[in-house]
Amino acid sequence: MTTSKISFRNATKVFGAPDSGVTALKNLNLDIRDGEIVTVVGPSGCGKSTAMNMVAGLLDVTSGEVLVDGKPVLGPGPDRGVIFQQYALFPWLTVRQNVEFGLKLQGMDRAKRKERALHYLGLVGLASFSEAYPKTLSGGMKQRCAIARAYAVNPSVLLMDEPFGALDALTRVKLQDQLLDTWSKDKRTVMFITHDVDEAVYIAHRVIVLAARPGRLQEIVEVDLPFPRNDDVRLSPEFTEIRNRVWRAVYHRDAQAA
Amino acid sequence: MTVTNDVNVTTAPRRRWSPNNFTWAALSFAGGIGLWWLATVGGLSELPSPWAVLTRMIELALDGQLWEDTFASLRRVMIGFVLGSVIAVPTGFLMGWYRVARAVIDPWVQFFRVIPPLAIIPLAIVTMGIDETPKIFVIFLAAFLSAVVSTYQGVVSVDKTYINAARVLGANDRVIFTQVIIPASTPFILVGFRIGLGSAWATVVAAELIAAQSGLGFRMQQAQLYYDLPTIFVSLVAIGILGLIMDRIVVWAEEWLTHWQERV
Ligand SMILES: Nc1ncnc2c1ncn2[C@@H]1O[C@H](COP(=O)(O)OP(=O)(O)OP(=O)(O)O)[C@@H](O)[C@H]1O
Ligand SMILES: [Mg+2]
Repeated sequence: MTTSKISFRNATKVFGAPDSGVTALKNLNLDIRDGEIVTVVGPSGCGKSTAMNMVAGLLDVTSGEVLVDGKPVLGPGPDRGVIFQQYALFPWLTVRQNVEFGLKLQGMDRAKRKERALHYLGLVGLASFSEAYPKTLSGGMKQRCAIARAYAVNPSVLLMDEPFGALDALTRVKLQDQLLDTWSKDKRTVMFITHDVDEAVYIAHRVIVLAARPGRLQEIVEVDLPFPRNDDVRLSPEFTEIRNRVWRAVYHRDAQAA
Repeated sequence: MTVTNDVNVTTAPRRRWSPNNFTWAALSFAGGIGLWWLATVGGLSELPSPWAVLTRMIELALDGQLWEDTFASLRRVMIGFVLGSVIAVPTGFLMGWYRVARAVIDPWVQFFRVIPPLAIIPLAIVTMGIDETPKIFVIFLAAFLSAVVSTYQGVVSVDKTYINAARVLGANDRVIFTQVIIPASTPFILVGFRIGLGSAWATVVAAELIAAQSGLGFRMQQAQLYYDLPTIFVSLVAIGILGLIMDRIVVWAEEWLTHWQERV
């Protein structure tokens, strides 16, 4: 277990009073390897965000443990970058100032900060928008800016909660490729939540399927497809087969429960 | 690296006062004054004509009385408004940030908010005397109450994801307060200032009608005793123009300070 980057050990989260509250997640056991991309899928309310927020340090566990690098998570930290569905860019800062936010908190000097911010903005294709305010960006550009902001502080773990959920299909596919491309150059551990089964399979080493009420582990699907992922992979029969397995795990189970 | 290309779409900044709007406003005013003039010419009312009012305004301006009155009223408003706002903003932040402060202060704010500031005047005069203090105090109260409520509203309505986004980038409470809460609640605070300045202006004029030896409200009250309609009109017009100018200044400040905001 020394190679696991993130570990859930009987992680349980109950919102409200311990006996009468909502059990968002029950006894989750899961290990995510260093440099691995795992995607998390499951019906709405099954505890995906809850699991991720516990790794981020934004929520504490009710019982059990969540470990990052073998140490229990005590709170948020710049070693774990988070990308939110609602972008969460600060609208009063320019694109570059947003990316510099975390660097400034680390005490990096002005010139170095700027250089670093521009580097990551270039990586996501936003260099020419560095002085623009977020209100002038499209949804996809906002999300790329949020990705640059998370990358810039150099976290070893990237936590992404339905980051492309609000985007159109075309932009989404482009950002998936971009994410994989960036990952291949610099292998971070990625925990990626999505509602989109195709997306889940396309970018992942493993797909974690959760079940609802109470939120718990349903199935882990190994994605045995080669990297780099591209259109050939996406259109291959192997992809379709894995995709169908994940689909059944998510929806069939739900149909039985209903 | 796959880089998605975007078209740089620059939209023209939305202006509230396009030249077109301005023309319409000027036309509308001119029409209103024309109607007023017609009514007085036809002998339909006892109102003074626009010319009589303009003549009186020039007279009062030349002998300095108009400026003295304006200065007296503005001075009261400014002192009361600045004091009220300067104390309201930290109080509002305190209420938004600390649950205990909210529980302690909020009932008082809610209680005084339902009392019209003018209703405090009798009490203020009895306890503070008849000089400037009671007038400034009620204006202070009017400005304070609106700014404190909006600041507090601003703090509690800061989107939680901004706070979380800052925390995961390594921000502590102090950084979150100074770099997230303050900028995020600025639009609310400025709205509070705008409302506060409006109610401060309304309050000063009314307070001068009740108890003062100077000011635009006082002048109107004096004119009423002598049935001097033109002077009443001059005061009204001056009150309206000054109120409008102050409101515009706050709106400009607002647009300048919150230019980053998405406007609908
Ligand atoms: N702050 C909270 N207080 C009370 N209950 C909560 C809170 N946050 C989440 N829950 C409950 O916990 C359960 C899991 O929520 P969570 O947000 O983790 O679901 P999710 O899988 O991310 O759903 P979605 O796909 O809709 O985002 C839900 O039943 C939800 O109602
Ligand atoms: Mg969620």
